Formats: sequence, structure tokens, C-alpha cells
Amino acid sequence: MIFRVFAKEELENLYDILAVNHMVGAVSKGIGTSGPLFDFDFIYDFKDLRLDFSTTIHSLKRFLLPPVETLSTFEMQKETWQKHVDYNLSKPIVYFGLHTCDINALNKLDKVLWGSVYPDPFYAAKRKNMFIIGSNCMPQPFCFCKSMGTDTALHGFDMFLTDIGDSYFVEIESARAFDCISKLKNREPDVDDHNLFMQVTEAKTKQFSCHVDTTDLTKILDMEFQSEAWKGWGEKCLSCGTCANVCPTCYCYGVTENVDLDLQKAQKIKQLYSCNLIDFAQVSGGHNFRPESHSRIKYRYYHKHRGFVEAFEESLCVGCGRCGVSCLADITVPEVIASVRGKEGHNG
Amino acid sequence: MDSLPFVDVMASSTSHVGKSDMKSFEYTFQAEITNVYPLTATEKLYQIQLIDPAERQRFTFKPGQFVMLELPGIGEAPFSISSSPIRHGDLELCIRGVGNMTNFLAKVPRGTKVGISGPFGTSFPVGKMYAQDIMLIAGGLGLVPLRAPIAAVLENRSRYGNIDIVYGARNPAELLFTYQYDMWRQFDIDLSIIVDQGDDAWDGPVGLITSILAQRIAAARDMKKNTYAIVCGPPVMFKFVCDMLMKAELPMQKIFVSLERRMHCGRGKCCRCNIGSTYTCLEGPVFDYWTVMNLKEAI
Repeated sequence: MIFRVFAKEELENLYDILAVNHMVGAVSKGIGTSGPLFDFDFIYDFKDLRLDFSTTIHSLKRFLLPPVETLSTFEMQKETWQKHVDYNLSKPIVYFGLHTCDINALNKLDKVLWGSVYPDPFYAAKRKNMFIIGSNCMPQPFCFCKSMGTDTALHGFDMFLTDIGDSYFVEIESARAFDCISKLKNREPDVDDHNLFMQVTEAKTKQFSCHVDTTDLTKILDMEFQSEAWKGWGEKCLSCGTCANVCPTCYCYGVTENVDLDLQKAQKIKQLYSCNLIDFAQVSGGHNFRPESHSRIKYRYYHKHRGFVEAFEESLCVGCGRCGVSCLADITVPEVIASVRGKEGHNG
Repeated sequence: MDSLPFVDVMASSTSHVGKSDMKSFEYTFQAEITNVYPLTATEKLYQIQLIDPAERQRFTFKPGQFVMLELPGIGEAPFSISSSPIRHGDLELCIRGVGNMTNFLAKVPRGTKVGISGPFGTSFPVGKMYAQDIMLIAGGLGLVPLRAPIAAVLENRSRYGNIDIVYGARNPAELLFTYQYDMWRQFDIDLSIIVDQGDDAWDGPVGLITSILAQRIAAARDMKKNTYAIVCGPPVMFKFVCDMLMKAELPMQKIFVSLERRMHCGRGKCCRCNIGSTYTCLEGPVFDYWTVMNLKEAI
């Protein structure tokens, strides 16, 4: 990896260099009950761009896995039909200031949507056309990315900015990013910069207040499959699917088909879904494989913390804590995991 | 910097994923419903033929696999193939009219163009079962996915030992493929049928499938060494039948079950078919019993 350092005033130049492209970054969305709110949105002015943001309300999913996406269209002819598939390729997008959890979420989604059998071209097209600038963050009280091993990003970005006082320490991962940095006033980092960088990461590590014990979690989830704790969470859960909505790695979906009113065209539409919704596993004829709320919330944890681990050697959860923040019933991952392990509450 | 170069995934050579893999994701074979046979009041057998002769010939599947059948504008759903693999893209699907799409399908005329994608999923390893006895146990619609392995076995009948079909249905009117029973028996297949509720014309046994299965197990040559079992039926049936087979000392890796789940993609993406966290569309629908025991909430 190549490292560079540039002064903070140069950030606007970096923005200007990339501004010819579509640009997505965190913007302020007002003040919520627990502090300022941020969300990813298109950026049209450098002044709107924030790098000092806490966790955004939603993840990047809106841009990569749109809530509603047309998979194919049908042109109905007299006796037959023609299917047209458009991968919904749009222009490349620059993502400015992603945190490590968001970058790791993309890396995890890559494994299942791109790297496994039947790669998804709709996802791949958007993923290939990303230019990612990461930025370091300080953990919020609900962040437990340290426990999930996603507090650093090893790959999956073009450049990664770390705030070291009056300048940015840049990790460069791609030739395109190197070209950008070359156009700024930059210098090679010296020993002081290295020390500053290490101090920042140390301070970040120390600030984590929320932890999840993932030791042997796959086994414990299996052992405690019939645990009473799930029933308790099931009673609390409203089965609304908000957690899946804000989760950066939830990719479940449903497919529906519609016919235009003039019967000339039809569409096959993919809509993101949530495994907490009641008809998620209901088959024709009415049998529901997961009729109770507790079996659905249990399944959600199974997929994130067990199934994905078995398939790809890592958890699907990135520890961003978004689901806990937006949950209407105040169900948080650290509390659920702790209760399944037979521990009351969590150390957060 | 100029605008970023646009990467077309279909043209990109840097991707580790092949272009044809990407293209296959939403690819649908055009097919035509060539014939429809009503089997019972609700189930019909659809003969569906891939229109392009080359595609029809290239379309190969293994018994137990399924296809996604698409009615443009109406819906797409997974169905087990219940015809013989040697017939390639000349498929037979047995479908019960039960939802939006299947009820629409029940009304369409012959010659309707539909979409087929697949085949997907795992299959019954009929090739491994040479020289062995096979016990096929089906409840209700469970006979549908079993008709493909039955057909595959019949084509190579001399290679297999005793073949038992144990089939249970709610009542005689719901029995499927009744016109084939004589043909199966001619091929030296022991076909035992039981219904939950008989009618005036019914002179066969009445009761649960387990009662007739017990008789067949007692009559079996050697359950421990020489028998494979293939099971498909409603969720409640699996447990009782598999427990009985286990008690008869049939090794669990020689029991195969075919499971049903809701599916929206068939390609391991939509998560709707997950059992615990295993994709039924990729690692199933055919599982051996060892895998099923390892899956929470599978049966």
C-alpha cells in the first residue's frame, strides 16, 4: 500500500478533481432526539459534504441495491413475448467519506452477490462503477465494529483518509486514486505522521464502549436454538423490517411481476424484503415455515452470525449498530447476543 | 481529473467472473405449453417444450432438480421437473392451482409461451444407487419430484434391485399419475398406495403412510446395506418417515429428502428459501438426512 499526506485545505481540491462525476457523501439531515442526523445523498456543493459525521441513518444500500429495481421488461406480442434485460448501468459514482463498516459491508456483499455461483450482474455493474474514498471515524456508543473485526478496512476502497490533526493521512489502493492524489500538494509521510496515525487508531480503539462476544458464536447459536431468550425477543419484536431497511448487508428480496394497463408491456420487479415480515417464508397453499415472530428474529441472527460464517468464514454483521438505533422496540444486537449467551444486558 | 471510466461488466475483462455467468442471471428460455393433462381436480400435468431446438437439446438436468417457470407479467415460481432427464428440454411439470400464478396457469390454453430458467439445485444420486434397492416414499404432491427419479430408474431398470414406491394421499380422488401405475408394476415395481380416507370404489388400505411403510420395511431385503430411500411429502410426514427408516438401520447418508421452500430467484440471492441459513435452491432441494438433521427447523 502507498501512503501520502496532504494538508486539510487540499480536500476541496480533491473534491473539485472528482466533482465532474456523480458524488455521494454524508450530508446533515437535521437534529434528531439523540443528536445530529446524517445520511448519504448526492452532493452538489463541497459545503454540503461532511467528513465529521457519525453513523448515517441508512447505509449505502440505496445506491447499490435499490429498494425497487426492474430486473427485466417484457414486450407482449400477439402470441409470444420478448424479454429485455437491462442491468440498470448508470454512470460511475464517487463515494466520499465512507466509514470502515460501510466499506466492509460492501466487501461482504461482494462475496455472496458477486463471488458465489450465479453472480448478480445488477449488483456487479454498480459495484464496478464505484470510486470509494474512505474516512476514519470515532466510535459512537452503539458501534461494535471492533467486535466484528470491521473497525479497519484492509481493501475495498480507492483511498482512505485518516484525520491526523491539520492534514490527512491517505492510504492509496488504486491507480486512479494515486492519480488524484498526485494532482494535490502532497508529500510522503514521515515518522511523525506514522506516529500520529497510530495515535488516532489507538484513540479509536480505546473509545469503544459497546462489545459483542463472538467467541464460538456459531456453536452457541446452535446450542441455544430452543432458548427462551428468543421467545422474549419475539414478543418485543414488531416484525416491521426496519432493521433490514437500514442494515448495510441485508440483501433479501422478493420478485413481483406487473402488466401495464394496455397489456403491451410487463415488468419483473425486485423489491428488497425483510426476513422479519410475516410472509417471508410462506409458501403457496398457506404453510408458513416461520409463523412466529421469535422464529423470524432468530432466523435473522442465524443468517448474520452463523450461516454466513459457515459459508464465508466471517460474520455478515459489520457492527454498525444502525439496526439497534432505528429499532422501534429497542432491540439491539449486543443485547440479543448477550441474552442468547445467558448473560443479562451488555457492557455498553 | 476527467470523469471516471465507465466499466461495463459485460465487456470488462478484469472481472474474475465470466461474462456468460453474468448473462445467465436473468436468462430465460422461451418455451411453449404443448399439452395439458388434468390429473385431479386441482393438479394438472403441463408438457412444456423449449422452443429453440438447440436449446432444447442442450438443456440437461438431473432427477430432483427444479426450474423457475415464468409467466410474463403474472409471476415466476419454482417447480420440480417430473419428467425423465433423457427427454432434455421436453419437460413435464405437475402443478397444483393454488396461488395467483398457478391458478392463472390452469386457465391458459395450449401453445402459450412461457419462460423457463434453470435447472437449479441438487439431485437424487440415482447413478450411485446401481445394484441397490430403492424405497421411494411420497406423500400427496411429494410424488411429483419423485417421478423424475422413478423415470430415470425405469430406463435402467435392470441395473437396480427391488424398487418400492410407497405413496400416501388424502383420498383416492387426489392420487396423481394413476394412469402410470400399471406401467410401473409391469416394470417390477412394488407400488403400495394408502389413503387417509377411502371412498366407495376404494378397496386398498386406509390409514397413515407409516403403517404401510412398516410393512414394506419388514419385507425389505436388507435395509442396512442394500437400500436407498428417497422421501418427499408434507412437512409433518418427513419426521415420522425418516425416524422409521433410521430405526430400520438405514444409514442416514442413504436417505434423501426433497424439501420445499418459498423461492424468488433460484440462484442463492433472495434468501427466501433459507433453512436456518442454508439455501434450499443451492444446497437443496435434495438433501441427505444427515444434512437435514444438521439444519435447524428443516423438518
